[in-house]
Order: sequence, then C-alpha cells, then structure tokens
Amino acid sequence: MRFGLTEDQRALRDATRRLLARHFGGQALRAALDGPARPDRALWRALGEAGFFSLRLPEARGGAGLGLPEAVLVFEEAGRALLPGPLVATHLAAGAVAGAATGEAVVTDVDGGLVEWLAAADVVRGDATGAVPLRSLDPLTPLHRVPSGRPAHERRDVRLTVLLTAAEQLGTAGRVCELAAQHARAREQFGRPVGAFQAVAHLCAGMLVRTETARAAVYAAAVTGDPVDVAAARLLADEAAVRGARDCLQVHGGMGFTWESEVHLHLKRAWVRTRRGGGVTESEEVVAADLLAGTA
Amino acid sequence: MDLSDTPEEEEFRARLRAWLAAVLPGLPPKPPPDDWPARRAYDLGWQHRLHDAGYAGVHWDASPAIRLIFLEETEKAGAPYVGANFVGLLHAGPTIAAEGTAEQRARWLPPILRGEEVWCQGFSEPEAGSDLAALRTRARREGDTYVVTGSKLWTSHAEVADWCELLVRTDPEAPRHRGITWLALPMDTPGITVRPLRTLAGSAEFAEVFLDEVRVPVANRVGDENDGWRVTMVTLSFERGTAFAGEVVACRRVLTELAAAARGNGRWDDPALRRRLGRLGAEFRALWRLVQWNVSAAGTSGGVPGAGGSVFKLRYSHARQELYDAAADVLGDDCLDLDRPWTLDRLSSLSYTIAAGTSQIQHGIIAERILGLPKGR
Repeated sequence: MRFGLTEDQRALRDATRRLLARHFGGQALRAALDGPARPDRALWRALGEAGFFSLRLPEARGGAGLGLPEAVLVFEEAGRALLPGPLVATHLAAGAVAGAATGEAVVTDVDGGLVEWLAAADVVRGDATGAVPLRSLDPLTPLHRVPSGRPAHERRDVRLTVLLTAAEQLGTAGRVCELAAQHARAREQFGRPVGAFQAVAHLCAGMLVRTETARAAVYAAAVTGDPVDVAAARLLADEAAVRGARDCLQVHGGMGFTWESEVHLHLKRAWVRTRRGGGVTESEEVVAADLLAGTA
Repeated sequence: MDLSDTPEEEEFRARLRAWLAAVLPGLPPKPPPDDWPARRAYDLGWQHRLHDAGYAGVHWDASPAIRLIFLEETEKAGAPYVGANFVGLLHAGPTIAAEGTAEQRARWLPPILRGEEVWCQGFSEPEAGSDLAALRTRARREGDTYVVTGSKLWTSHAEVADWCELLVRTDPEAPRHRGITWLALPMDTPGITVRPLRTLAGSAEFAEVFLDEVRVPVANRVGDENDGWRVTMVTLSFERGTAFAGEVVACRRVLTELAAAARGNGRWDDPALRRRLGRLGAEFRALWRLVQWNVSAAGTSGGVPGAGGSVFKLRYSHARQELYDAAADVLGDDCLDLDRPWTLDRLSSLSYTIAAGTSQIQHGIIAERILGLPKGR
C-alpha cells in the first residue's frame, strides 16, 4: 500500500496550481466578478492544452491515459482557485462531445432541476427545455431552473460528477483553512495576533482536521471508484468546504462579511456544489443502505 | 495513490489470516472484566502465542503498512486485544528499544515480546495531566540508587504489572522539561501502594500509585539523567499513530450491527436515524482511509506519525462518541440498561476525548505545529 501521491501526481498537482495562478490569479478573479457571466475562452483553451478535460482519455484519442486520482488532483486545484465554469460537465463530456477535450467547446448538463452556465455553454446535455434563469447566489455560477428536470440516478455520470465535485470541495476546504490561518497569524487585536487566542486557533485547527479527513476519503474514492466510497467522500468534502468557509468567514471578522473579501465567494461556490449529483440526503442514504448490505 | 497490497503485504496478510483461523477457535474463554489476575494471564497467553508464531514484534520492527495489516486482520478475526501488554508493546518497549543500552534491551525486551512481563505507565499525576511537564514526583540520588517519592494517576494495569515506566523529577531547579528522568521501576519494590480507581463506567480500569521513599537502581535509568522528557516523546508519538487503527475496524462492525438492530426494531424506518447512521458510515470509512494515509506517510518519511496522528486522534475520539450516541438512539429505552453492551461502551467512549491528550490539547498541537499559529495560553 502506497496511498500517498506519486512523484508524477505531485508534479501534475504543482503544474496545475502554477497554470491556474498564471491564468486565474486574484486579478482575473476580480475581473470575472465584475465582467459578464461567460467563461474565459482563452483560459478554457489553456486548460484544454494542459489536458484538464482530456486527461482520462486514452492516448490514442488525444488524452493522457490517466485515471480518476489524477482527475481528482486537478479538480482539487480548480476548487482552490475558485475557477468558474462548467468544468465537471465539460471534463465528463470529453471524448463524447466534439471540442470538449480540447477546451474549445464549453459543455454543461442538466443536474436535477438546475443547469449551470446554460447561456454561455456551447452544448447542453440533457433536456433544458423551458429553462428559466434564477438570480444565482454565487456571482460566478449562473443558474437556470429546469421544470422537467431529471433525478440524479437517471444520469449517466452521476458518480463521477459527485466525485469530481467532492474534489473541488476539498480544494475549497484546503484554501479557506490557509486563508484563515494566514489571517489569524497577521491580524492583531488586544496586542497580539488573533491566532494566539485559543477560541480562534481551535476554529482553524478544526478546519484542518475536516480537510485532511475529507482528503483521505476523496483520494480513496478516486482509487476505488466505489459508489459508496464516492458517496462517503462527498459527505466529508461538503462538510469540510461549507463549514470551513463559514469558519474562515468568522475568523476574518467584519472583513469576512464584505464583498471585497474573497471568503464569501468560497462559501457561495461550496453551497452551489452541495446541490450537485443529487444532494447530501441521497449520499447519506447510499452509505446507510450499504450498512445493511450483507445482513439481508 | 495505491491502496492495494504489495506482494510482501499480500503474503503477510494471507499467512496471518490462516494462522488466526487455526488458532482462535482453541483460545480459552475471555475472563470476566473485573478479574485482573485472570485478565493478565489471558493477555500474556495471547502475546505468548503471537511470539511463538513470529508476530511478537510487529508493532516495533515491521513497516507501518504491515503493522496496519496486523491490526486490521486481528480485529476482523475477533482476536484478543493487546490488553495488559499495551504499555510494554506500545510505550515502554519502543522507548527501551530506541533509547536503552544493549544490556537494558536484553533484560526488558524479550519478556515483553514473549508475554511474560506486564508494564504499566507512571506519567500523569494529580497536578500533571495535560501539562505533563509539571510532574512533581521527586527522585533524589543516593549513590547507585534513586529514592522516589510522589504519586501517579491513571495508571492502567498497575495491580498486575511487573514494571512501571516512571517519569520523575531529578532536578527541581532546571527548566521543567530538563529536570525529568525516565526510570524502570519494579512494582514489587517496598514503598509502593496501589489504589484502584473506579471509573464512571463502574469498573476499576486504572489506579493511583503512591510512592514513598521507593529505591530504584540507577542502572534502571533509560537515557541520561534529566533527559527523560526527550526519551518519553518517542513513546507518545507511537500512541497517536496506529494505536487506534484496530478500533476503527471494530467501530465499522458495530455500525453494521446498529443498522441491523435498527431494522429489527423498526427504527430504520425513521429517515433521520438512517441518515445519521449513513453519516457515521461515511465518517468511519474516512477514518480508515486517514489511517492508511498516515501510515503511508510514515512509511515514506521513515518515522512514526507526527501531527497527522493528532488529526486522526481528534476526529476518531469524537466519532466514537457519536457512534454510541447513535446506538442509544437505536436502543430506545434499552439505552438505560447497563446489561446492553452498547450502554457500557457509550460510557467508556467518554474517556476518548480526554485520554492520551485531550481534544483541546490536540487542537492546540494542530494549530501550532501544522498551521503555524502563535503559541497561546
């Protein structure tokens, strides 16, 4: 058993982090926030060139022949960077929808009663007839409601949607933990860094504990691909991202409540992701049902 | 990321499984929990069998991955716990192996491995719990002897131990971490009084040990005089590493039993309970993966798990308490019946967030050592 990252996996993670820092740093994030809601096509193609969408395709079909663990690592980075766009849907369309693998086609899909990025997408998978826009909670994820909808279990890629979304949540969880720790080291009140107060320090430690537990669950689910492992990973990752972002906001005090701070964007994105692939309840039921398996 | 066994690990697992299947049916029945001499004999007997089959030192000399397979397979097979051998195998033994002289290793290690001698731990004191370095038990040097006076608390297996790994203060003037010494104390030395302590679960799981002018040979000192704090830190990281790995396997089994019981008594139809058990299922799956992750990290860094152990310990101890709270929900009125095993387990789970470093101490370790936050009080 060698559960840790291989050299190649570390290199892939680091390269992805550098690529995203170059193409989607703090300024690009601000620009995306102020600009119209459409994916940055140049960035999308850069991701395509880097293999973000195609990495699991066989080499003969223009991919890198890599597996779910590698996909999870790059989606974790996307989550960290708050990268907008229907990334999971496009990744899962690679090989099936022309242009998805190279980042030339932006693909979205109908997930339950919602579609992300409908107006900006080139291709929509599923039936989006009668879709109505809603005023999205997350300024960087435009949403439509779909009256017909379709339950999660009727979708082809629900297991992979859930897994890759969990990887994004993991990225968020790690990032907000770093942001909170940075702030707690730098911000001084009562003559010392606020991180010297146990009440604040323990909030930060709790964020790290949830992140690292979720990391083990998400990576293991990527290795096994087992649907129960995936459902479990999702529960841990959702919790780590949402509670992490909330605690990060709390650690930031008044600054955390401002539009200017980055923290609310992480929380809002994390909330959007909790609705993907059938929601938390379904995942809880999947793991619960497994407890009875073998005793029937 | 690879969760599969290497050929060597696969072979170890298969051999261990076959051995367990052969030997477990022939074990004597478990002794009652309050019969300490019988428990001592039972636990030593099991260690003796492990020794004869070549598994005695798995905790010490095997790779972390092999150690994990050992814990996983013995738990799955329902083999006895480490029990009275805990301190010898997981604290005192590794300390002596790492810091003792050749003579000391030859004297103390083989009886631990063969299942002949029981060790207990004399670290905590009434005034030194989480703040272990505040310990006051005093040792004064008289020629080739230390004369020890003080008292120790939470000493498991003290009534039946042959030896005690003892921390004493040898230099009261030095900064508190630098005046401590590690001694091996024979428990039959005159001047020792053991008073069993009853836990809230009703049983006497540990004791208070009073030391009155107890004479310990200087030859029983491991490491240098006043270097006991460093010597001790070797053992503490062992405790937070894989020590609970077998228990995670056990908790996962309890969870399936809970689900079956809930289906039996109709509680399973309550979606809130079902979802709660589902969440716990996810939790213990994740904890098992976290053990594997930490073990892999320890394997590559060559050391024992460090702060990663704190992450696991913290999360696991709370999950265990939640598990038995859920069990109470499944049991309904029976959760008040001490004859239901889960009721007693619920009570003992209360110690998990306190023993081996409270949750608050673990949070502090994580905040300072992993997140680099300033030290606070």
